[in-house]
Amino acid sequence: MSYPWKGRSVTRLMPTEESVELMALVEDFAASELAPKAGPAEESADFPRESLRALGAMGILGLPFDSAYGGAEQPYEVVLPVLEELARAWLSVGISVSVHYLACFPLAAYGTDAQRDRWLADMVGGDLLGGYCLSEPQSGSDAAALATSAVLDGADYVVNGTKAWITHGGRADFYSVMVRTSDHGPKGISCLLVDGATTGLSSAPPERKMGANASPTAQVILTDARVPADRLMAAEGAGFSVALAALDAGRLGIAACAVGLAQAALDAAVAYAAERRQFGRAISGFQGVSFMLADMATAVAGARALYLEAARLKDAGLQFGTAAAMAKLAATDAAMKVTTDAVQVLGGAGYTKDFPVERYFREAKVLQIVEGTNQVQRLVIGRALGQGPARQ
Amino acid sequence: MKIAVCVKQVPDTWAEKALKAADSTLDRDAADGVMNELDEYAVEEALKLTEAHGGEVVVVTMGPERAGETVRKALSMGADSGVHLVDETLHGSDALATSYALAEVLKDRGFDLVMFGSESTDARMSVVPAMVAERLGIAQLTFAQKVEVSGPTVTIQRATETGYDTVEAQTPAVVSVVEKINEPRYPSFKGIMAAKKKPVETLSVSDAGLDAARLGLSAAWSQVEDFAARPPKAAGTIVVDEGDGGAKLAGFLAEQKFI
Ligand SMILES: Cc1cc2nc3c(=O)[nH]c(=O)nc-3n(C[C@H](O)[C@H](O)[C@H](O)COP(=O)(O)OP(=O)(O)OC[C@H]3O[C@@H](n4cnc5c(N)ncnc54)[C@H](O)[C@@H]3O)c2cc1C
Repeated sequence: MSYPWKGRSVTRLMPTEESVELMALVEDFAASELAPKAGPAEESADFPRESLRALGAMGILGLPFDSAYGGAEQPYEVVLPVLEELARAWLSVGISVSVHYLACFPLAAYGTDAQRDRWLADMVGGDLLGGYCLSEPQSGSDAAALATSAVLDGADYVVNGTKAWITHGGRADFYSVMVRTSDHGPKGISCLLVDGATTGLSSAPPERKMGANASPTAQVILTDARVPADRLMAAEGAGFSVALAALDAGRLGIAACAVGLAQAALDAAVAYAAERRQFGRAISGFQGVSFMLADMATAVAGARALYLEAARLKDAGLQFGTAAAMAKLAATDAAMKVTTDAVQVLGGAGYTKDFPVERYFREAKVLQIVEGTNQVQRLVIGRALGQGPARQ
Repeated sequence: MKIAVCVKQVPDTWAEKALKAADSTLDRDAADGVMNELDEYAVEEALKLTEAHGGEVVVVTMGPERAGETVRKALSMGADSGVHLVDETLHGSDALATSYALAEVLKDRGFDLVMFGSESTDARMSVVPAMVAERLGIAQLTFAQKVEVSGPTVTIQRATETGYDTVEAQTPAVVSVVEKINEPRYPSFKGIMAAKKKPVETLSVSDAGLDAARLGLSAAWSQVEDFAARPPKAAGTIVVDEGDGGAKLAGFLAEQKFI
């Protein structure tokens, strides 16, 4: 059974009646509260903390999580279209919500009942925002080389090191931090749930980026930060698997954000092509332009289908890591291509800040880099192929 | 405190609105329906009042089948229950008939306050709240930009062109609100889920004990004889300044009776 939802840009088949109402609510909020603020806030690098609080009050920050802890227990088939709609209005907000889910994942999926009872309801309740700390200055794609150390001292881990490129760095209320508890390579990594107010945790000024500047990215520096040992998620040494499992789901979030951004660029290009006249007619009447628009629309639809397919595998409890890598790869490459072509369709106007497509173009680039570069996605996909077709 | 909020489904603000050729009434099927914007402020204020003072909020609507969506929207914002008056005979009712029907549904239900948005975006008459108050024989506190309740006393700031008047009455009373009063909340996903389980009472004209002769298009006190689409905007007038531009401009403004 599926329920049609006719959005302003896309018609979707949703799995339940309430998910249709959720989509309407999200689209309404995104159009009235997010889209009008996006351009100016990106220009001045203003983090939309209040908009995220409002989304929290609506239940969006707890959407995929267990209802016993106040979440809405929605499948990824619903969660991802929500992220897409948010990102269509404002990419930085879509990224924020996706990263928040990523930060909650270790506790939600690997915490003990006692740990979940203590922290999860607050984390997914809407007031708090999370960060996810894996990357370091010297370990990006090679994440298992991370060096931030955690040494047990009585009832606490004492943590020292620098985490790099952290979304919400300095602004998050809590962080899931991958640390090194022994020298055994990937098997020496553990995951700690660190309170943002921990003494010894500080952040550097936000990076000055090409785009998505309303989404703060900063180093998180840990200097003799004491983290209670009961904040260890899963066993010591299991942290790298936790981090990778979180990224499998996180990549789906990035894929959905990429589709939202590409859809926004497509919508802008289609609208402009219908209005702009050259040689006595609308430029959309030229095959050279309409074929470009057709390719853009096809790329968006293809990427959307791919993330939905991966979401359904995940929702059914099947292996979805490879499908998620494919969705992230295809969707973010599509976003780059579509936003580039959108600038082309708008001609000179597309190259100015009077239209949003130059911003979309700059924003698209980061999606090919975060949560595993697209080279790393190919690595993941290629590795799975080597293990035979049965492996998803 | 028991509060009724009267809400109306109107065509989406952005939609192209059209009248039907057959009976000159608004074509409500041509556009998506949404809750009249000012009614959202009334729902919000009612929710705030019951959050502060306890009590319940009942949403009341008169309208076709799909106006039920608007009741559900208010329920998902947090209202407790709904009443939906729906009947073919209501089609084409004017403000007098609407106020008659609403007053009949509202009376004898023990409401302390009956709240309204101060106008609807489709008809823009701003008269129904006052008419309902009159029919119920209770005080009307209209155009409220602030509402305070203390025991049986309701005090509002009535927005005026220059500021506000402070107006006070004893409950039961009708209160209509203006946009300045608050910022309506978005429903939460939990609210959407909860709304499905909240009771909505559906009433026909006879269920509500209404006199059908006083309702609908044929009973309306005014009839639309004819209508036409607004003509497209004419091209502007260009005044070329040949030393006498100022005088020409002043002449134009005087001619249009702007000065
Ligand atoms: C805006 C932004 C937000 C971010 N947010 C977070 C966050 O919240 N948390 C977090 O932990 N991290 C975050 N990151 C970090 C991000 O995940 C890393 O930037 C990414 O993993 C790449 O690492 P790197 O930048 O060190 O690049 P490198 O690993 O140095 O890669 C440089 C280049 O070499 C290529 N390369 C590397 N290894 C291989 C290989 N084996 N085969 C082929 N090509 C290879 C890469 O694809 C890339 O093109 C964020 C980054 C950005 C830009």
